[in-house]
Amino acid sequence: MNKYQRVAYYPGCALEGTGHAYNASTKAVGKALGLELHEVADWNCCGAMEVKNVDPQVQTYLSSRVMAIAVHEMNAKVVMAPCNGCYHNLKKAEYDLANDEASRQVVDRISKKAGHETYRAGTLETIHALDWIKDGIGEQELKRRLKGSLKGLKVANYYGCMYTRPRHIFPEKDRGPGSESTSQPHFMDDLLAAAGAQNVDFPLKTACCGGAHTLSDSDTSTKLVLNILQAAEAAGAEVIATECPTCHSGLEMHQVRAEKVLGRKTKVRMLYFTQLLGVALGVGPRKLGVHENVSDGLALLKEKGLA
Amino acid sequence: MSAARDALLARAEAVLEDWVRARGETPTQEAVETFRLLALHRQGARGVPSFNACRETCREVAYHYNLLAAGADARTERMMQMLVTHLELFVRGKMQTEGLGEFCCASRPVRNKGERIDG
Repeated sequence: MNKYQRVAYYPGCALEGTGHAYNASTKAVGKALGLELHEVADWNCCGAMEVKNVDPQVQTYLSSRVMAIAVHEMNAKVVMAPCNGCYHNLKKAEYDLANDEASRQVVDRISKKAGHETYRAGTLETIHALDWIKDGIGEQELKRRLKGSLKGLKVANYYGCMYTRPRHIFPEKDRGPGSESTSQPHFMDDLLAAAGAQNVDFPLKTACCGGAHTLSDSDTSTKLVLNILQAAEAAGAEVIATECPTCHSGLEMHQVRAEKVLGRKTKVRMLYFTQLLGVALGVGPRKLGVHENVSDGLALLKEKGLA
Repeated sequence: MSAARDALLARAEAVLEDWVRARGETPTQEAVETFRLLALHRQGARGVPSFNACRETCREVAYHYNLLAAGADARTERMMQMLVTHLELFVRGKMQTEGLGEFCCASRPVRNKGERIDG
């Protein structure tokens, strides 16, 4: 059995809230593809962007606890995190625990205090939902299982900044053919192309959306997002495919805000890549949570004869 | 088209020059892969890993410059404009905070002054 066919699942906080549709569509796609998810019991927040600004080693502990449960209580070899923030933080913790003695000591101390086994680097592999589908099933098998096609749908794939940065915490990337690239990520492009979508050339696929600054400097975030939306439209996209709940929410919310505050309307819609794959796999849009999106993806899917 | 691409590249370089000067350094005149923009980015990211969040944007600016030099169309020029705008928004936002300002992933130094909570 491929090691990615049965993985521990760490949805993270956002997927229980604003990213609920991403959670639903990830599970639905997994089911349709025969990929198993086993949710990490009693998982905790990874600390997102906030804790690292107060104490990076405590942030490392937060991620290590999730990994400790996966290893010691679930006997898992692989954990999948669909949120870029969670994925990034788990990878960062893995790197720090492998390379920094001070981090190891802090994590060990807090783990003992909390009464659970300490996570040791190198005992669990962290992957993103894109790796899970790309390497767990592959484009050929995905094509075989399609019940429809995204043919005619022009998609800009937006990866955000945390999926590939900083490069040193992703040693498995940039390994040549078949591996993901940190400068030109393509796994989402590959999967959606396999499902029939027409990917447009989109140069802002890893550009900053100002996500973490969305409350303290909303205007800058709105301008950054507006520029991303306008660039996607200029590239000919009808949809921006996302693979992170924070990016997705940011694009949707600031699209609305850009119209209200700056008077700049954009028509491009946002859909999670799992929602798009789900449609091609014949899963109903409601099961994929398309109706929960702020931007009206359902109308576009109907217009394109996909729903 | 030639004047437009040169003007856009100069605008992008000016943004990074401001960033470098704000950090008390002299903007480099050197080039990386024939682009001063890339050398300026490398200089600007030294000691500030989070500045790499605009590394690909700079590389895309250079790539689009080359496309326009090879005779690409108005759409490519429009895309290059948007890339430069993105670079401006990102760097200006970042400069507001880094002590220089408090923007996004650059906010750590500002908040790192708090007490440890793991003891």
